[in-house]
Amino acid sequence: MIRVLGAVVLALTAAVSTAAAQKFQPAVIFDMGGKFDKSFNEAAYNGAERFKKETGIDYLEFEVTQEAQREQAMQRMARRGADIIVVLGFQNGTPLQKVAAEYPNSKFTIIDAVVDLPNVQSVIFKEHEGSFLVGMAAALVSKTGKVGFVGGMDIPLIRNFAFGYEQGIKYVNPKAELFVNMTGTTPAAWNDPAKGAELAISQFDRGADVVYAAAGGTGIGVLQAAKDKGKFSIGVDSNQNYLHPGSVLTSMLKRVDVAVYNAFKDARAGTWKPGRLDLGLAEDGVGYALDEHNRSVLTPDIVAKLEAARADIIAGRLVVKDYYSTQK
Amino acid sequence: MAAPAIELRGISKRFGPVVANDRVDLVVEAGTIHGIVGENGAGKSTLMNILYGYHRADAGAIRIDGVPTRIARPIDAIRAGIGMVHQHFMLVATFTVLENLLLGAEGGPLLAAGAARLRAELARIGREHGLDVDPDARVGDLPVGLQQRVEILKALCRGARVLILDEPTGVLTPQEADELFRILAALRAQGRTVLLVTHKLREIMAVTDRVSVMRGGRMVAHRRTAETSREELAELMVGRKIQLRPDKRPVRPGRPVLTVRDLEVADDRGVRRVKGVSFEVRAGEIVGIAGVAGNGQSELLEAIAGIRSADRGEILIAGRPVRGASNARPRGVGHVPEDRLRMGLVGHLPASENAILGYHRRRDYVAHGLLRRGRIVDTCAGWLERYDIRPRAPLMPALAFSGGNQQKLVVARELEHDPELILAGQPTRGVDIGAIEFIHGRLLAMRDAGKAVLLVSVELDEILALSDRVLVMFDGRIVGELAAEEADERRIGLLMAGIAAEAA
Amino acid sequence: MGCASRLPAWVELALLPALNLAIAALIAGLVVVLIGEDPLEAVGLLVYGAFGYGEAIGYTLFYTTNFLFTGLAVALAFHAGHFNIGGEGQAYLGGLGATLVALHWGQLPSPISIPLAVAGAALFGGAWAFVPGWLYARRGSHVVITTIMMNFVAAALMTYLVVNVLIKPGQQIPETDIFAPTVWVPPLAPLSASLGLDLGRAPVNHSLFLALVCCLAFWAFVWRSRFGYELRVVGKSEAAAIYAGIAPGRVTIVAMTLSGALAGLLAVNEILGSQHRLVLGFTGGYGFVGIAVALMGRNHPVGIVLAALLFGALYQGGSELAFDMPEISRDMVVVIQGLVILFAGALEHLFRAPLENLVSRLQVAR
Repeated sequence: MIRVLGAVVLALTAAVSTAAAQKFQPAVIFDMGGKFDKSFNEAAYNGAERFKKETGIDYLEFEVTQEAQREQAMQRMARRGADIIVVLGFQNGTPLQKVAAEYPNSKFTIIDAVVDLPNVQSVIFKEHEGSFLVGMAAALVSKTGKVGFVGGMDIPLIRNFAFGYEQGIKYVNPKAELFVNMTGTTPAAWNDPAKGAELAISQFDRGADVVYAAAGGTGIGVLQAAKDKGKFSIGVDSNQNYLHPGSVLTSMLKRVDVAVYNAFKDARAGTWKPGRLDLGLAEDGVGYALDEHNRSVLTPDIVAKLEAARADIIAGRLVVKDYYSTQK
Repeated sequence: MAAPAIELRGISKRFGPVVANDRVDLVVEAGTIHGIVGENGAGKSTLMNILYGYHRADAGAIRIDGVPTRIARPIDAIRAGIGMVHQHFMLVATFTVLENLLLGAEGGPLLAAGAARLRAELARIGREHGLDVDPDARVGDLPVGLQQRVEILKALCRGARVLILDEPTGVLTPQEADELFRILAALRAQGRTVLLVTHKLREIMAVTDRVSVMRGGRMVAHRRTAETSREELAELMVGRKIQLRPDKRPVRPGRPVLTVRDLEVADDRGVRRVKGVSFEVRAGEIVGIAGVAGNGQSELLEAIAGIRSADRGEILIAGRPVRGASNARPRGVGHVPEDRLRMGLVGHLPASENAILGYHRRRDYVAHGLLRRGRIVDTCAGWLERYDIRPRAPLMPALAFSGGNQQKLVVARELEHDPELILAGQPTRGVDIGAIEFIHGRLLAMRDAGKAVLLVSVELDEILALSDRVLVMFDGRIVGELAAEEADERRIGLLMAGIAAEAA
Repeated sequence: MGCASRLPAWVELALLPALNLAIAALIAGLVVVLIGEDPLEAVGLLVYGAFGYGEAIGYTLFYTTNFLFTGLAVALAFHAGHFNIGGEGQAYLGGLGATLVALHWGQLPSPISIPLAVAGAALFGGAWAFVPGWLYARRGSHVVITTIMMNFVAAALMTYLVVNVLIKPGQQIPETDIFAPTVWVPPLAPLSASLGLDLGRAPVNHSLFLALVCCLAFWAFVWRSRFGYELRVVGKSEAAAIYAGIAPGRVTIVAMTLSGALAGLLAVNEILGSQHRLVLGFTGGYGFVGIAVALMGRNHPVGIVLAALLFGALYQGGSELAFDMPEISRDMVVVIQGLVILFAGALEHLFRAPLENLVSRLQVAR
């Protein structure tokens, strides 16, 4: 047994060291949702896969299951000599603060949190801006003047989605009514499509005819319920228009995939820079999806209004507030 | 002469180091009621379980109606025409009688056809044997005697020609037992064969044609019932002379220790079970409470012990009222509960810890909140010795002791903490003859030492053997009081049945 | 009845668990083969990842500490005849207790602030379990149901508090401010370094000693104290307890409260010893795994120490395995852990009967 063990360890260290010596080594750490969460983590996975396909360079990966593993995973990657370590999720912020300070020669990119250190790049998405636009779209197609929002777990991040969404709705129709429901208070809320469908249906029953799902895997149920009830839904994070063409009004895109891909690419090219990146409409970090699946419902008339608002926001003529600033 | 219904030759069975059956022979003639007696652990149940296919014998042969038969599983036994009625019924309480009978005899995926067939069969058997049961009654609602009848019907419906009954009267009232014996006689008249396993000699004498005695895993004797006696059978079972009726010194009652006045007690469901009872127990006397089970004796006993609250009336120990079980014990109340496994013992705890149950707050056993383990084990070991409780293993779980030894442990605990009043509920239920003799001797010794004893028993023999005064309970009331000299089975029996209180 | 074992002690305590573990390992190995990896290599990685170097040992012991607390919590309630499935919620509330103390009095000197925070964790965890205990004693509500409901209530309450009340102002991450370092339970690394073992950055801390003290206290309390005796009597037979003048309701309430307090102490390890702030979901399922730990450990502290160590090793070794063999995803690791629970916990009697037969046959032969 000891011999087997020794051989394994030897072989491994050998493999790792040759790999490190030969080529660029990126790494990604997924959050508790896991890399196939149909949402945030999966978007990151897609970005990493795209990089792998284009360059042929494999990446190290780890999925966190326990709080104590966060620091451990970052540190493992750093020790293995990863050239860029992408860390997903706001809950990694505080652990990264510690680890990044201890490994000043490693490069880290964190998504959804800010860590102010010279070797950390912090990527923040302006979800409120993207949500503003889909809020406008919702208000524009709504006949009842009532729209819904189904969030995942009740945390500030999701409240920021809802906050931007509400501003977009009121911008079009100040008298519109918004129903907000959160799926739950545990991480299970990210993956409960049945509950999502239930909440969406209850909102439809109260008169809503468009529902925005910002709830990870739970959103799949929301989209399905809208399709079954003949109402509109709005997807999130990735482009989900194709799931139910004609029923999914649009999707609020949060380009985590692009952020991960860029981090890998820039680090390889030597153009990676630490500091804070705020990705909003201007940077194409967020946006709304328009493709062959929803062109029939998101009419040119609506698109024109969205584009006008988009331009105003980018130009600073229209200010979308974020939830966090209201909490100070 | 026809071949015997059952013939066992050289049956042996061991469980690990324990020899449960040692070359046992048994011949049961068709159309007879054959008794098998023996103390607990003599090997009766093992033998019956081998015959019914629960256990495989290590050696030996079985013939049914003269045909060598291999019985590996219960289904083999059922096919060979053997039915078994267990001591603990194998019935689904929430099913009706018919549904219970259908179990294992559904005869297809749809129940209707099987149910109709069975209903007809049931009516026929009921007529033939006088075994009436409402097929649509829920089994859980039936009294124990009728539940047992359902078990018998189950066996008969499956075509049993030989019926094994394992300790069938342990749970029955005397009336129900008599009813059972009437049914068994009817079965015999129909040509069926009955194997009655018991340790109660009264039943053997009352109903069997022949009797076989087991001791220590061996078959020690076969007798025709008409040619033997209770004394002989007891001696064969135990292996030494047994005194079925203890000698008693004359009674010398002293001051009243227990006074009960106008007591009313309800059961768990709120039904009033004790309806205005008053009596007294004096130092140095044994007062026996006779009655058919379920006439309020249990509730009366529990109320006096402080584990059941009274709705009305007074209970005074040495002139002062008691409040709760934790209050009764320090006042000198020892209580041998009716159901030792449910109440008197904690089966999974070792004997030593059972030896302090209820007395665990005494200084002898606790210091600074911690148990004085050495002293507790020593105390228990001493009792195991003096009460001859086997094995002498104070750390063995109580469950692992045989019923008689468990009961002796309870009795030891309740008598050795120097009580003034002893409440003895069914003190010898499910206990073998040797232990009965011992426990009776201890209770009499307590009485002679000037303690007051209140004895509740459904065994008339026990009441008559021990009591100085007999109170008879019927429907929650005391319907008669007899001095030991005037008490006999007939008079008490009439009172127990609720007939002619004034006639007695 | 399974109480009077016919097996010698060494078979009962060593061979039987080892056999169960071996079977679990065998089946887990088959699964690994099925997904196309080398099982021996996987086992090697797992063992190396759990015990191969100082930091690995440190992480293993860190997880072990968590399982000790939750395992003891389940076992204590079990001795009183109740199945406390609420360890998760009680630990969560324990975190609240520890946090409130840490945020208000954290800057007091460590000898004052740490015991206060530990007491806070125990108090809040205990209070959370008191409710199901009380409901059982007064209303007869089944503890399994109420404790599991209380888990949901705890999750909702904690999310509300962290997101709205305790959150570090002006940030988006739902967590509190970092506590003052005076209230951090000191790590074991300096101590072990002086003994020649480098634990690296492993979060294992002095809570491990607290957990071991709890094991000892647990043993003395359950098997040597008068109250522990009453607790066991109630747990085995309520009727016998009433007969003996013991009030089952009172005993249940005390037992549940103590059980919850033990679960609450998990926060000492996680929050005061490792995270140094209150984060959402820090309990990470330890409360539930505590059930398996208690089952496997036969509700005895010695068994619980061994089972907690096993699960600690599985957690740490499993995460290394997932790290080094990407084909073995974290879900696979859960499958392997599940197999261990299945064979060592739920199917513990699988080999009992054959072994009993074998042993008795050997005895007869002798």
